[in-house]
Amino acid sequence: MSAARRVAVVAAGLSTPSSTRMLADRLSAAVVKHLDERGITASVDTFELRDVAHDITNNMLTGFAGAELESMINTVVSADALIVVTPIFSTSYSGMFKSFIDVLDKDSLIGKPVLIGATAGTPRHSLAIDYAIRPLFAYLHADTVSTGVFAASDDWGSGGDQVATLGDRIEKGAAELADAVARRDPATSSDPFDPANYLHGGSSFDHLLGGFAGD
Amino acid sequence: MSETDATGQMQFGLFSVSDITQDPTTGVTPSEAERIQATLTIAKHAEEVGLDVFAIGEHHNPPFWSSSPTTTLAYIAAQTERLIVSTATTLITTNDPVKIAEDFAVLQHVSGGRADLMLGRGNTGPVYPWFGKDIRQGLPLAIENYALLHKLWREDIVDWEGKFRTPLQGFTSTPRPLDGVPPFVWHGSIRTPEIAEQAAYYGDGFFANNIFWPAEHYQRLIELYRQRWAHYGHGDPETAIVGLGGQAFMRKNSQDAINEFRPYFDNAPVYGHGPSMEDFTKMTPLTVGSPQQVIDRYAGMRDLFGDYQRQLFLMDHSGLPLKTVLEQIDILGGEVVPVLRKELAKNRPATVPDAPTHAGLVKAAYGDGPVRQPRPNANRGDNVTGGSPYQDTPTPQGAAFGLGGAR
Repeated sequence: MSAARRVAVVAAGLSTPSSTRMLADRLSAAVVKHLDERGITASVDTFELRDVAHDITNNMLTGFAGAELESMINTVVSADALIVVTPIFSTSYSGMFKSFIDVLDKDSLIGKPVLIGATAGTPRHSLAIDYAIRPLFAYLHADTVSTGVFAASDDWGSGGDQVATLGDRIEKGAAELADAVARRDPATSSDPFDPANYLHGGSSFDHLLGGFAGD
Repeated sequence: MSETDATGQMQFGLFSVSDITQDPTTGVTPSEAERIQATLTIAKHAEEVGLDVFAIGEHHNPPFWSSSPTTTLAYIAAQTERLIVSTATTLITTNDPVKIAEDFAVLQHVSGGRADLMLGRGNTGPVYPWFGKDIRQGLPLAIENYALLHKLWREDIVDWEGKFRTPLQGFTSTPRPLDGVPPFVWHGSIRTPEIAEQAAYYGDGFFANNIFWPAEHYQRLIELYRQRWAHYGHGDPETAIVGLGGQAFMRKNSQDAINEFRPYFDNAPVYGHGPSMEDFTKMTPLTVGSPQQVIDRYAGMRDLFGDYQRQLFLMDHSGLPLKTVLEQIDILGGEVVPVLRKELAKNRPATVPDAPTHAGLVKAAYGDGPVRQPRPNANRGDNVTGGSPYQDTPTPQGAAFGLGGAR
C-alpha cells in the first residue's frame, strides 16, 4: 500500500443541489475506486464555489483571500489531483469558475493531474470542454487527462447516450486520472517561504545576486 | 552628528500614499495644490503631536501626486526639528540606483541625518514601461539595483557592470553619505520571500505594510526575515529590525468612528466596494473605533511579529478632509502613541535593538572615534586613474564604513 493521496474537487454549480455537484461526486467516487484498485488510498475534499463566491470577488478587489477561501485554495493547490466541474454558460466555463481560477497563483497548478467535467442543458455544448476549458488548463501547465466528462440534462435520465453512457465516460476519465496519480510521487508541499525553494537550490542570497550583480 | 537621539526604542509615525481622492461625503476632490499643501501640514503636525516619522510613497500617475519624494521630504525636514523623513516606498525597480544614491545622500545632509528610506517594487504595472523596464523583471531589478545602491553608498569609487543599467567605471556618487554612514534602508514587501531574504542578507530593516492582508501573511514573511537575519550572522532573530504599517480611524465613541469612517471605507480606492468594513477590520489591522481599541489592537502586534522598531499609520487617504486627518493625528499622538510606547516597552528584552537613527548608525560605525568627513581633491576629470578623489581623514581601524577612501 503506498502513501495516501488527496483529491480536491471544485464544483462551480449555482443551485443546490446542482447537476454539476452530482457529476463532481460521481467523478470523485470513481477516481477513489480506481485508485483503490491500484492500491492507493485517497481522500477527497470537495468544494462548491458558491460557498466562497463573495470571497472570490473580494479577493479580486482587495488582492487577498479571506480565511475560508485561502484555506480552500491551499487544499486545492496542494492536492495530488484535481477534479473541476463547471456548468457551461454562454458557450464556456461559468464566470464564477473563471474568477476562481483567476485568483489562483498562475504557477500553482503546474504539472497537476486534472480531470475536467462540465454540465449543460443539452449535448450541443459538449465541445466546450475541449475548446474552452482545456486551453485554460493548458495555459496553467496543468496535466489534464485526455478524457473530459460532459453531462447534459438528458444524461441523468433515459435520453442520454446509450452507447457511451455517462457511467462509461465517468469510468474512463476517472481511470485516466487514477493512472496519472499512480504514476507520480505523492505531492510535496512547495512552501514558497522555504529558502530552498525561492533560492532555487542555493543556500544564500549570493545565489540570486550572482545572476544579477556584476562585481 | 547634529541631531539628538530622542526617539528611543520604538518610532511611531505616519505613512501617506499621496492619493487625491474625492471626499465621498461632499463630492469634493481637492486640487493637486491643496492636497500637496495638506500633506505638508500633516507632516508638520506629526512632529507637533510627538510622532517620530513621516513617510511618503512614490507614484507616477494620477490620482497621486508624490512623484518626487526627496523634494517633498527636504521641505518637511526644513520645517521640522526632530521628525525622521522617509519613504513608503521608493521604487528600486524603475529608479536609477545612482539617482537614488545621490538624492538620499543629499536628503541625509540637508535634514541633518533625519532621513531614511524604504525600498519597494511598486504596484502600478505601467510604471515599468514608462521608465523603460519590464515588469516581469521586477525582482531581478530590485536585486541588482539594490546591490549597486548599496555599493555606491559604501565605496568612493565604483566600477560596476550589471544587466539593467549602463556600466560605471570609476564612478563616485556625491555627496558621500552624511558622516560616511548610509541612510538606513527598509525593504518593504507584502508577499515576496526573496525581499525578506534580501533585507536579512544585508542586515537592513524589513517593513511589512500590514494593511492590505491578514496578519498571517506578514507573520510568515517577518518570521522568515528574522530567521535569515540570524542565518547571515547579524545576530539572534529578535535583533532584526522590523517595521509595520497600520491603519486606524478613531473617535471617542467607537460607534461615531464607525459611522463617520464608513463612507470613506466603502468608497476607498483600495478596498472599496469589496468586503464590508466589519469583515475587513476583522481580517486586517484596520481598526475603526475608540482610541482604546486602537491601543489594544496595536499593543498586540508584538505578540504576532515580535518586538519591533517602527510603527507607521496610514491616516490621510480615501478623501478624508484635512481637518479630520489632523484630528486623527491629535488622537494618535495625544492618546494612543504615549500608551503604546509604554505598553511596548514592557518586558522588551534588552537584546532588542532600538529603532534605527543616524546617531545610532554613526555610533555603531565609529564608536567614539573620529567620524569621516571627506573633502574632495581638485577636480581632475576622472576617477579611473590615480587614487581617491578625496583628501581623506584617516579611517579608524576596524571601521565598517569609509574603507573605499583608504585603498
